[in-house]
Amino acid sequence: MLKVIKNRFEQGHRTTKYPEEKINLYKRFRGLPTVDPDCDPAVVQQCAEACPQEAIDSASCRIDLGKCVFCGLCETLSEGKFACFSQNIEMGTAARDDLLFSGSLPELAEHSKTHFKKLFGRSLQLRQISAGGCNACEADTNVLNTPFFDLSRFGIQFVASPRHADGIHVTGPVSKNMRQAVLTTWEAVPDPKVVIASGACAISGGPFYGSDDIVGDLNSLIPVDLYIPGCPPHPLTTLHALLSFFK
Amino acid sequence: MDKLLYIHNGERVHRSAIPHLSFHEFRSELLDFTEAGGQIVQFFAYDENNKENQGKGSLKLLAVLRNESNDKLCVTGCDAPDSFDSLTAVTEKFHMFERELGEQYGLKAESHPWWKMVRYQQNCTGKPDVFGNNYSENIPGNYPYFAVEGEGVHEVAVGPVHAGIIEPGHFRFQCFGERVFHLEIQLGYQHRGVEHLLQTVPMKRLPIIGETISGDTSIGHGLCMAQGIESLADLEVDEGSKVVRTLALELERIANHIGDLGALSLDVAFSPPAAYFGRIRGEYLNLSQILGGNRFGRGLIRPGGVTKVMGEEQRQLIQEKMTELTPEVEHVNDLIFSTPSVRGRFDHTGTVSRENAEKIGLVGYAGRACGLPYDARVKFPTECYGDLPGNSNNKTDGDVASRAEVRREEIMHSIHLVNTLLARSEEANSYTPQKTELAPDSFVVTVNEAWRGEASHCILTDAQGKILRYKVKDPSFHNWTGLALSLREQGISDFPLCNKSFNLSYCGFDL
Ligand code: SF4
Ligand code: SF4
Repeated sequence: MLKVIKNRFEQGHRTTKYPEEKINLYKRFRGLPTVDPDCDPAVVQQCAEACPQEAIDSASCRIDLGKCVFCGLCETLSEGKFACFSQNIEMGTAARDDLLFSGSLPELAEHSKTHFKKLFGRSLQLRQISAGGCNACEADTNVLNTPFFDLSRFGIQFVASPRHADGIHVTGPVSKNMRQAVLTTWEAVPDPKVVIASGACAISGGPFYGSDDIVGDLNSLIPVDLYIPGCPPHPLTTLHALLSFFK
Repeated sequence: MDKLLYIHNGERVHRSAIPHLSFHEFRSELLDFTEAGGQIVQFFAYDENNKENQGKGSLKLLAVLRNESNDKLCVTGCDAPDSFDSLTAVTEKFHMFERELGEQYGLKAESHPWWKMVRYQQNCTGKPDVFGNNYSENIPGNYPYFAVEGEGVHEVAVGPVHAGIIEPGHFRFQCFGERVFHLEIQLGYQHRGVEHLLQTVPMKRLPIIGETISGDTSIGHGLCMAQGIESLADLEVDEGSKVVRTLALELERIANHIGDLGALSLDVAFSPPAAYFGRIRGEYLNLSQILGGNRFGRGLIRPGGVTKVMGEEQRQLIQEKMTELTPEVEHVNDLIFSTPSVRGRFDHTGTVSRENAEKIGLVGYAGRACGLPYDARVKFPTECYGDLPGNSNNKTDGDVASRAEVRREEIMHSIHLVNTLLARSEEANSYTPQKTELAPDSFVVTVNEAWRGEASHCILTDAQGKILRYKVKDPSFHNWTGLALSLREQGISDFPLCNKSFNLSYCGFDL
């Protein structure tokens, strides 16, 4: 018992004040990039060719944040001139096209003001479906339940049964072997329901794009309401997206 | 010709140097080797001629073996017969490997004692499926599960979508009341075609896919891949980069073990350490982020080096955090391991005997907890491991308590390694992406002690230096069978505990 108390004192109170107070991430963290549309086209072209995710469209100088895995190669190659990763974690969008990024994202909160906030603003229960990725997305979703993020203080919970849920949070490129399970789980959620695509995999197939063994784009299977980019999305990116969209 | 080729970890050889035996010789060589205590690192098929030519009689088998007495890996090969006498019928060590051969290449291991699919994947040769599966159907698991019948016997089926935020798999428990006779595990739901992608996509995609074979092992698999490509492309890695890579691998190990010990504690309803370790795990992930910009170490290791150097600033930040966290880790560990209710549930739960562990080739902490000392960091050292002390553990009863205890020791050992590495002064060369040309007709195998145990990649190239076959093995490939065995004669309520003590990768297995 003494040890319990001793540890309790040592650990203290660790829950972040976010969103009232910002959390500063170390400068090496790769969050939302800045993109310079006036960058030398040859440099943009070089980045586009080297990008492992085919995420850069050199003609329009845009990065598809739904495909990007935030590897940082385009920043290295262009020496920050074309793309430069910031520590901004705010990246969720309501429309797939908004992820075709040329320097700014629409305010997520505006998108959902009436509809989703009214429906789920007070409490939101989600069923998480892991559908074929690498499990880092799941791991960084799970940490929202640790004392630091303490998701439940916002009235948001991940629940065990789709029947108790208001929607699904899907990670992974939807492997063919999980296709039916995703559909069945989704169908089991009572209406009205939301669908969240989390991570590059669920949005575009992520690192596995082009594989015959995946569906690759959740939206082609069921209509997605909220996109959370990243590979994996930082827990704060998920938290920000959930709070601005639903709260 | 010698029947086995002895090579170093990560050493490139010409494919013609690999012994080519008759299947008969190959089979008896493998059986003799494993009979004498040897283990299988890799055993797979590949198509000698190009991809277009698949299924036209050019299939080969290749095995990579290891044993206690030799500090090199042993390689041997032969032509693949369409069907052959199962080696599993003689020794269990081949169990999963033969099933995988059947599934991936349509090769039939006759009289295999448990012939069933691995990941519900269509074979690449166009031959009919050896398990009689129909791939136009959506759901895997279409298969007569092992069943036990009798009064009081019932079956519990779980998954693929589990209750928590975890990966999909299907588990069938055959129970008598609360007692589990048998647990059958069917995976494959995470199958996303990793190996096929690796041998077909442009080189630039390889590191990204390598890091996502299993997200919590991004460094472990990323390293196996980088070393393989470096060997095939003659890329030199400087000392400073090696320090960063070794450090990253140890940070990954610490974070994962800490997370699991917290979860284990929660599974026996002792929640304070779960909350503390849940947060502390995050602190270590944030150290990886300081090092390379990502919590899982993504984007850090690339063939030829590392993308981010560790300068004085990073070194200091990491050092300060390590100093702050170490006593906390010690105290929370002490809290877990000195609590009688925890001990009472850990001790003698989910025991895998040393004999069984050896038979199925358990690796990593799960193997060490059964008294199998193998640690790839010691046996086949890469990066900085040649200069670093190994770890030994004393708790080898094979139960949940041993697996937890081994992890506790490994955390402290890894903390020591991280501190040692931080004290080294070499700085990595700054990174410039390089064009990589792989040597033609070559073969390389790389082995690293990822946090769950032995991870290994094999790459074979064709006459043009294109990748002919990319074979990945996650430690979970061996260890899932260990989890199934640990449940025998246990209460079904001990499943979460057994499961967490192994904490295996679904995606690393499913590929
Ligand atoms: S950071 Fe994104 S856009 Fe840039 S190279 Fe990597 S995947 Fe492509
Ligand atoms: S998006 Fe990235 S981190 Fe998430 S599951 Fe896919 S590969 Fe893993």
